[in-house]
Amino acid sequence: MAKLASAFVSRLVIIIPYAWLLFFFLIPFFIVFRISLSQTTVAMPPYTPVFDLAGGFAGILEKVREFSMDNYVWLTEDVLYFNAYVSSVVIAAVSTFLTLLIGYPIAYGMAKAPRSLRPMLLMMVILPFWTSFLIRVYAWIAILKPEGLLNQFLISAGIIDQPLIILNTNTAIYIGIVYSYLPFMVLPIYSALEKMDHSLIEAAQDLGCTPIAAFWRVTFPLSLPGVVAGCLLVFIPAVGEFVIPDLLGGSETLMIGKTLWNEFNSNRDWPVSSAVAIILLLILVIPIVYFQNVQAKADSEGR
Amino acid sequence: MERWSRFNIASVVLGFGFLYLPIVLLVIFSFNESKLVTVWAGFSTKWYAQLWHNQSLLDAAWVTIRVALISATCATVLGTLAALALVRYTRFRGRVLFSGMVYAPLVMPEVITGLSLLLLFVAIGFDRGFWTITLAHITFTMCFVAVVVQSRLLSFDQSIEEAALDLGATPVRTFFAITLPVIAPAVFSGWVLAFTLSLDDLVISSFTTGPGATTLPMKIYSQVRLGVTPEINAICTILIGIVALGVVIASIVTKRREVQRERDERAAFAAIG
Repeated sequence: MAKLASAFVSRLVIIIPYAWLLFFFLIPFFIVFRISLSQTTVAMPPYTPVFDLAGGFAGILEKVREFSMDNYVWLTEDVLYFNAYVSSVVIAAVSTFLTLLIGYPIAYGMAKAPRSLRPMLLMMVILPFWTSFLIRVYAWIAILKPEGLLNQFLISAGIIDQPLIILNTNTAIYIGIVYSYLPFMVLPIYSALEKMDHSLIEAAQDLGCTPIAAFWRVTFPLSLPGVVAGCLLVFIPAVGEFVIPDLLGGSETLMIGKTLWNEFNSNRDWPVSSAVAIILLLILVIPIVYFQNVQAKADSEGR
Repeated sequence: MERWSRFNIASVVLGFGFLYLPIVLLVIFSFNESKLVTVWAGFSTKWYAQLWHNQSLLDAAWVTIRVALISATCATVLGTLAALALVRYTRFRGRVLFSGMVYAPLVMPEVITGLSLLLLFVAIGFDRGFWTITLAHITFTMCFVAVVVQSRLLSFDQSIEEAALDLGATPVRTFFAITLPVIAPAVFSGWVLAFTLSLDDLVISSFTTGPGATTLPMKIYSQVRLGVTPEINAICTILIGIVALGVVIASIVTKRREVQRERDERAAFAAIG
């Protein structure tokens, strides 16, 4: 009996978080999908009812017949949405590349640091990640403004005589994404580089590789899992980013996270924002599944 | 071991400068006498004093702290269970889906998570407000806790647990007597992480909130849209201070426990030998 009870308790370890995530993470996506197929109405909530079980099976069939693709048709008709998706993916891809370019040398330098310094360096990379995203983005407004700190510095140093217009342009968005997501890039690359066996580099150099050739032929391929994980950790959330384009970008900046937010909060069009979310999810489903595989593989190696 | 080359030192120093300079500037200008956040006009703490008279801001701070305390605690329990399920039960029906649901929220754009949770709450007729924000925060932060605890569990020597089970302890007793004390530092840092993530969240809170429940980030966001003021810098500085303090305490506690554990293990082995 006690054995049976304890077997039940160990099942609970799985059942409780499983049920929670099913209910609060997975099922909501089906609701979003369902609402993306319904009509906009002027009511609260502002869409035609989702499920009405009072009508029985026939009633459900009736409802299914009422499903409409109108919202999706609407999305394809307005070129604004298409442009927003494309520019979100482009902006995210470019900023992921820039983050890699800046993050890799930092991770490399950290991995080569004296062993005693490494825990502190690691801590210093993690610390900004714990401070508010909103605050870190906000901090850049005062720096990038036309009369802001960067322009003051450049003008007083005599480098430029006209203030640079950076705030409310795409450049500001790149700066914001690179800055906010840098720790996500540095951490996985650092942990890949730190695990690396240093004798491999020595062997390559003994066999006549120049340091640069040794880097490209040995170090970089071995750090690839970290690079891939870092790029996915930056790219996927960046595509749907809202705070950065909203605060640093301009009025002409199109990013889908901002479009969704406006559709929802200003236009109060829940069905269309649901359709926007479903298509964004479809765009991201391949990188997300890929990320999960990378994570699962890392787990089984850690075992 | 090769020397730390000049190139490596430069990239680390420049990288950290880039990471910290904006935050340092923000903190400095919170003490600015002038209303402008870009021109230094002398030291003053008047913006901090002003915060104490801003009742709506204090209310928002109180809501935020309560949400963060409740959601971090629940998320830590759920996340630790999820980590145990992932590490200890390598084969059960629907494991692939389960691990997918644990990892996906880590990268899921917040607008999608926020919208889907809101539509869930509307569909089940749950009154939106304090509790819907809390439930939403539990859901996305528990996955971060799960990842933190999971990495600790993976490096954990399972033979101690097996020994306890062989000696007749029930799995529940084994968990509380053996497993939990060992993974406690990771569980604690998971809690701190969940707490700060909840404290910072703007997008998911904005979607799932209802009348009367405004969190601090929502308040800050609506003020930032109106312009940059030293008052916002002051709130941000206080928040940064709280988080930095939390992280420092967490790392000291973790370090101390780790040292203690190593000492205990050595003593145990010495006793056996």
